[in-house]
This record gives sequence, C-alpha cells and structure tokens, in this order.
Amino acid sequence: MITIENFILITILSPLIVCVLTPFISKNTILRDFLGPIGGMISSWGALNIMSSALNNQNTTLEIIKIAEGISIGFDITPLGAIFGLVASFLWIFAAIYSVGYMRGNKEKNQTRFYAFYAIAVHAALCIAYASDLLTLFIFYEVLTFSTYPLVAHKQNEKAQKAGRLYMSILVGSSVILLLPAIIWVWVATGSLEMSQNGVLDGKLDGAYAPLLLAMFVFGIGKAALMPIHKWLPAAMVAPTPVSALLHAVAVVKAGVFTMLIVLTNVFGIDFLAKTGASEWLIWLASFTLLATSIIAIYKDDLKARLAYSTISQLSYITLGGALATSMATQGAALHIITHAAGKITLFFVAGALYVGAKITKISDLNGHGISAPLIFLAFFVGSLSIIGVPPMVGSWSKFFLMLGAADSGYVVVIGVFCISTILNAFYLMEIPARAFFFKKEKEINIKIPKLILIPTLITSFLTILLFFLIEPFQNLTSMIVSRI
Amino acid sequence: MIDILIKNLPIIVVLCPLMMSLLVVLIPNIFFSWALTTLSTFLTFIFSILLYQEIQIHSHISYALGKWMPPIGIEYIIDKVAIIPVIIISGISFLATIFAYKIMPEEIEKKSISKVYSLWLLAIAGLLGLVTTGDAFNLFVFLEISSLASVALVAMGAHKDKQALVAAYNYLIIGAVGATLYVIGVGLLYGVTGTLNMADLTNRIADLNNNRALIAGFGFMIIGIMVKAAVFPLHIWLPRAYAYAPSAVSVLLAATATKASLYILARILFSIFENSENLINNTLLFVILPLSLLAIFAGTIMAIYEKDIKRLLAHSSVAQIGYITLAFAIGTKASIAAGFIHMFNHAIIKGGLFIAITSIGFYIKKRVTINNLSGLGRERPITFFCFVICSLSLAGLPLTAGFISKLYLIKASISSDGIWIAILILMSSALSVVYLWKIIEVLWMREGKKIVKKENPTIYISLIIITFLNIYFGLDASLVVNGSFGAADKLIGDLK
Repeated sequence: MITIENFILITILSPLIVCVLTPFISKNTILRDFLGPIGGMISSWGALNIMSSALNNQNTTLEIIKIAEGISIGFDITPLGAIFGLVASFLWIFAAIYSVGYMRGNKEKNQTRFYAFYAIAVHAALCIAYASDLLTLFIFYEVLTFSTYPLVAHKQNEKAQKAGRLYMSILVGSSVILLLPAIIWVWVATGSLEMSQNGVLDGKLDGAYAPLLLAMFVFGIGKAALMPIHKWLPAAMVAPTPVSALLHAVAVVKAGVFTMLIVLTNVFGIDFLAKTGASEWLIWLASFTLLATSIIAIYKDDLKARLAYSTISQLSYITLGGALATSMATQGAALHIITHAAGKITLFFVAGALYVGAKITKISDLNGHGISAPLIFLAFFVGSLSIIGVPPMVGSWSKFFLMLGAADSGYVVVIGVFCISTILNAFYLMEIPARAFFFKKEKEINIKIPKLILIPTLITSFLTILLFFLIEPFQNLTSMIVSRI
Repeated sequence: MIDILIKNLPIIVVLCPLMMSLLVVLIPNIFFSWALTTLSTFLTFIFSILLYQEIQIHSHISYALGKWMPPIGIEYIIDKVAIIPVIIISGISFLATIFAYKIMPEEIEKKSISKVYSLWLLAIAGLLGLVTTGDAFNLFVFLEISSLASVALVAMGAHKDKQALVAAYNYLIIGAVGATLYVIGVGLLYGVTGTLNMADLTNRIADLNNNRALIAGFGFMIIGIMVKAAVFPLHIWLPRAYAYAPSAVSVLLAATATKASLYILARILFSIFENSENLINNTLLFVILPLSLLAIFAGTIMAIYEKDIKRLLAHSSVAQIGYITLAFAIGTKASIAAGFIHMFNHAIIKGGLFIAITSIGFYIKKRVTINNLSGLGRERPITFFCFVICSLSLAGLPLTAGFISKLYLIKASISSDGIWIAILILMSSALSVVYLWKIIEVLWMREGKKIVKKENPTIYISLIIITFLNIYFGLDASLVVNGSFGAADKLIGDLK
C-alpha cells in the first residue's frame, strides 16, 4: 500500500528524475525521447491517486525542508491543486510524445537540453499544484519561470533572445517586485505562511488594505497574463510549439491562474472578498482583458499569435470567476482550468503540426488545405468548439458554471461579457477550419504530418469530447473547493 | 591546557594572524610562506568556531588585556554580536588564502610574495581586532592596522596595472580622513566622559543628555566609520581599490573589510549610544535611511553601466552595503537581525563572485571587462556554473542564501509599516538582475576565443566551497537566522 505522501513524491519527482536522467542518456536518442512519456505516465498515475484521496477528503502535509523557524518547503493536497496537478501531468504524456515528433520533424538542435528543461518545467508546475504554503508556491513559481527561459530562447537567434529577455523581465520583475512583498505582507499580517480553506486574512487585515494587497497579488502573478502584464505570452510564442502547447497553454499559464485562484480562495477567502468588495475592480479588469484580447486575436494573422491572445482571454475567464467571489463562479473557474487546457493544447498541437508538415504559420495561407490533411483540421475544429463552449465538448461545462456564478453574484453585465466573448471566440477560431475546408486553394502544398504528431493531437481532441461525459468527479472536486467554506 | 586556551580565545583570535605575519615575512619561499599563511588562517578559523561554541554557553566573554581590569585596561569582548563578523572574517580569509596560492604568483613579483602574505595576515589581524576590542581607542589602532595593510595590498596590483597606485593612494587618503574623523570623535567623547571603554561609555553617556560635545563626537565617529564602511556617498575609494587590487586581495577585501566597519557602525548606533534615543532615531531616519536608499539605487545603476567586471561587482557591493545600513536604519529587532543575516550572506555571495570572475580573468591575462569575457563560460563550465549560482544568490532568488536575506529584510520593513521600502528594495534587486544577466549572457552566449591555458584545480576548491555555502544557507538558514536574531536581541535588548 502506497501512502498519500509517497504519491505526492512520485508525482512531483518523476519529471525531476526525467530531467536528471536525460543528459546521461543523450547518446541513446530513442530512450531519451521516450523518457518523457514514461515519466508522464508515472506522474499522472500518482496524480490520479492524489485526486482520489482528495475526493475522499484525505489530506496530509509533507514537509521536505525546514529552512528556518516558520519557513519551510512542503506539500499537501487541496482539491484545486489535485485538479491542476492531474491536468499538468496527464497532458504532459501527450505533449512529450508530440514534442518527439516535432523536434525530429523539424530537426531542431540541442534536443537533450530541450527535453531536460521541459521536464523540469513540468516538475515546477506540479510542485506549485501541491504547494502547502505561500513560500513553496512562490519558490516553484520562480523555478518555473527560470526553467522555461531556455525553452523560449531555444532557437538562440536574435529574435528568440529578445523575446526571452522580455519574457523574463516581465515574469521575474512582476513576481519579485509585487508578488513577494504581497506574500510577506500576508506573513506579517497573519504570522504564518500557511493557507487555509476559508482564507487566512479575515480579521487579520484591515479591510481597507485588502484591495491594495489584492492588486499586489494580481499584478504580481504575471503568469495569469491579465492586462497590462500580458505581453510576455505572445512574446513566448517564438518557442518551439510543444513549449507553447504544454507550457504556454497549460502548465505555465495555468500555474498563474491556479495561484490566482488559490490566493482568492485560500488566502483572502471568498467571504472576505465578498464582505470587503476588494475584488470588484478585478471583475472589471478581467472583463476588459477578456474582451480586448479577443478582439486583438481577430486581427492576428499568425496562427500561434492568435492562439496566444485567445489564451489570455480564456485565462481571464478563470480570474473573473475567482473575482466574482461566489461558490458557483469559483467552481466554474476551477473547471475552466481543465476544459481550456484540453481544448487549447489541441489547437497548439495543430499549429505545430502545420508548421512541421508544411511550414505554414499564417492563417491566410491555410486556404483550401483542409482536404490534404482532414484529420488535423478536424481536431482543430473539435478543439475550437470546446473553447467556444458548444456541447458535447467539455468547454461547455465551465462556461455554464461561470455564467451561473455571474448570475449568482448579481453582476448581470458579466453574463453579457461571457456571451459577447463566446461570439468573438467563434469568430476568430472558426475562421481556421472554414478557410481550410471552404476556401479555394491558392497553391499546391504537400502537408506531411508525422504520426507522432498526429496521434497525440487526435487523442487530446477526443479528450475534449470524452471529458464532457466524465466531468462528474471533477465537478465533485471543484464543489469541495467552496463547499467547505 | 584547553581551559587556558578557551579563556584566552578572544585575544588568541587576533594574535594568531598578527604573530604569524611577523614570521611569514622571514620566509622567502613562495610555497612555505603560503602554507604558513594558510595554517594561520585555518587556526584562526578553528579558534573562532571554538569561540562560537563558547558563546552558545556563556553568551558574553570578556578578556582583560594584561590583567588590567576594565574600564582602566583594554578589554576584549566577544558576545553574540561580535561573533558574527569574527566567523565571517576568519572563514572567508581562510578560503581566500587557499584561492591565493596559484593566482598570487601570477600577478605579483616573486620576490615580494612573502611580504604580501605578511601584509595579508596583518590586514586580517586588524579586522579581527576591530571587531573583538571593547575599547574605543584600541579600535582606532586596529582600524589603522587593517587600513594600512589593505592599502599596501591594493598597491601590489601595480605589478599588473600601474593604476593600482592611484587607487591605493585614494584609498589611503580617504581612509586616513575617515580614521581621523573617528579619532576626533573618540577624543571628544573621552573629553566629556573620561573613559574609552565602550561598556563604560554607554553608562556615562546616559547622564549626558544633549551635551553638545557628545553630539559632535557622535557625528565624527559615525562619519569616520561610514567612510570605512563605504556607505554612499563616502564610498568613492571602494570601486577603484577593488578593481585594481590583485585578484586574491579583491576577494579578501570585498568579502570582509566593509563588514567589520558595518559591525562597528551597528555597535556605535545601538550599543554605545543606546541611551541617547532621540539622537539615534534622528540619525537613523534622516541620515542613514535616505543614504541607504540612495546607495541601493546609485550602486545598482552604476553597476549596470559599468564595463569593468571587478568594478561592476564593487558598485554592486555599494548597493549591498546599502541594504545592510537600510536594515539598521529601520531600527527594529527584526530589521537589525536582517542586517546581520545579509552581512553574512553578502560575504559568501561577493566572495564567490569575485573568486569566479578573477579566476576567469586568470586565464585571459587582461583586465576583466565585459568584452574580454565572450564565450569564456563555455570554456570553463565549473567556474561559470558557480558564478551563476552566486549571481542568483545576489539577485535574491529562492533556494539561495541571498533569498533568505531579502525575505527577512522585506519582512522587517513591512512589519514596521514600510511597504514602500520593501517595494524599493525589490525593485533594486530586480534591477541587479540586469547587470548580472549581462555578464552571464556574454559568458555563455557569445562566441569567443579558445583558452589555451590548462585549468587549475586549486582555484576550484574555494570556489566550490563558497558556492556550496550559498546553496546550503539557502536551504538551511536556521544557523544564520538564529545567530542574527541573537545578535539583534543583544544589541537592542528588550527596548523594542
């Protein structure tokens, strides 16, 4: 019988072991390449078990290192963390297989380095998911930023280095200047770095300071990509597509919104937020980001850039859900972590497949190519429907709960925001399959998509349909985030 | 036997390098003079460890020199505060001596090596005396011993670059002005109180509220020490001295010299003048606090625009000294503890950075400027790796020692309602990433020449130890944190 502590260790350590082993077996490329998927399977096995114990209300705290009195690195299980951990580790399996196809198909250099940092980024994301206190969260938040830099600047040309610098300066700058003092402020106010299900600040912090502290958190968590600190995400698109797919649609950005939700629910507590009205401005900021980036996305002809802006918009859904400070909205926000991850990773997989198969990066070059690669565009179509929120794709669930939450909170305008955004989503995402299938072909290109790319893409797109029917355990889990309050 | 040793430890710590320095000068052989120096610094380090253990039991050790009882005679005091700089100085000087073995003969004429080691030990003895003495005038003596020895050491850089003479001259003049100011202050204090013993001074000052001579004396002392501690804007001697000194000397000075003076500053502010609360609070608020903030930003910005790497690190030291004085300026127990934590951590960080950079410079045989470093990181991966770790530590990233200092400094400033100070501190530490990143990028990303010279393993010993310390004290900081809180406790007692 393996204890919960050991499951946490298995989940977070397997990507780390993959990272450590990769340089040593770099000669044997087959072994090296498939270490990632294997690590992903072991890791998500652990994450599944953690999720089941979270469902059974079992909890544990695992202290790894005690740095000094009151400061330690430790892990525990929260419903939200169990969800994010499972999403990150499970999608890593497919992203790892996909990246083998992508790196080989593109004949990229420095593949060993790529796989090593890819694994350590997943490790950091999982540590964030199971972090038991704010300091552990912060530490691995930073590890995640630093481990993704070599991936963003992978091409090592002038453009990649410039983008890498922007990426680092925004993420490190915002987290160090705002997030760290915000965390320490909580530490000073409450006397500990612990978080709890009901929030820790009620009664410890003067309500008048709450909006300021919240602002420090919101703008300090740059990974959640709220305007005006969203610029790093489009810049990060110079990275190879597997990075954009797993990290900049799932692990990194979800770590951002996960941190945001944890702060809103477990540090402030939604009762405290509702009482002080501290998050009201956040509702408007998130709504604005949501709509503005959707509109920007329409004007982007570069496929990955469009997906990046779409991601920013979708992340704002989650922040918005948390800021509404009702149980239904929080539940919707937590579910959106899963549903958006499944949908968006598919879309990025397709973007990368088109690049490997035909070096297509622009949407306007897609005209009429649907027939030559029907499966890949079908996958894109399914993924898009999920993002838009059409049943029977899983994306419909989270939008449903978010809208209920908006109605619950009394901010009727927000329902309108969701509706408009849905229309905009449909507008900018549907253009791609529409061009591929219905427009006239301009030039003949032979699209050859490697199997290692095609299969993971099809699986994740199928996942968006499958999850629609399997949402119950996740829904139970998300209801636990708030029902204990 | 052991008993006698332990009873005399406070003076032995100072005498060991002092006596050895007289011996070393007589040995012309390069290896033996180095070996004796290493032995002496090693013994000093062991003695200070013994002292540390002794402090855990007795918490205050007083030693009356020549059995002349204080306050008449000269007293040596080791308590929970003094032990911190003692450990820093003895530990770092041991590592720096190991590092010096190969690099010293490269930069200095062979025939003067034993003299250099003699000066080296003299400087260490001066610094140790500075922090152990309990007598205000004796402190001046050690201040001069360490300064003059350091000036001579800096001047030794002239073999490689004649500019070192100018740097040493600057250091000499400014240092002498600082020392003079300090001694004038001591004179004034002696005039009004009639004592030189620090503990005695504390008691007698209590009866002399608002005495003009006292205030003037305080001002002179503080400014004199601030010159020595390179508190902005009295730091102008420091960048040149660090840049043109021989490599090993840069390491020694950067990691230890200013720490001793900062400790003296804390002693004057919180121990000798603890009873003149108004005076101290005004000084902290209107002098030390603004100067520290200026130092933090000026040092960082100058470092960003600097091309010469040793000078760049020196500017960064000015900023880091600013953090320490800022911590003192906030003036709560938590913040003073944070100051001591950073004092310790900065010593291992800057020591590591200087060792890494000068050992890369060792291969290129030129002044270490940004452009000379292209691609050298890839040639010397171990050195580069250590440099990166120490840089991360300097920038205060998690899991390194530097993070612990930042954490406690920010916590202290937030708990005394200074959230804006916290944000300023963090902004400057984010800025410090800019200049560190500049170096790392050049070292790793740019194409450069191949190094013909073979690697020298002796350089790595101290580098790896010090890098390890940077990580170790980031993961298990309880030793440093408890020690510093003990020191802060002792300094401002139950007042706040």
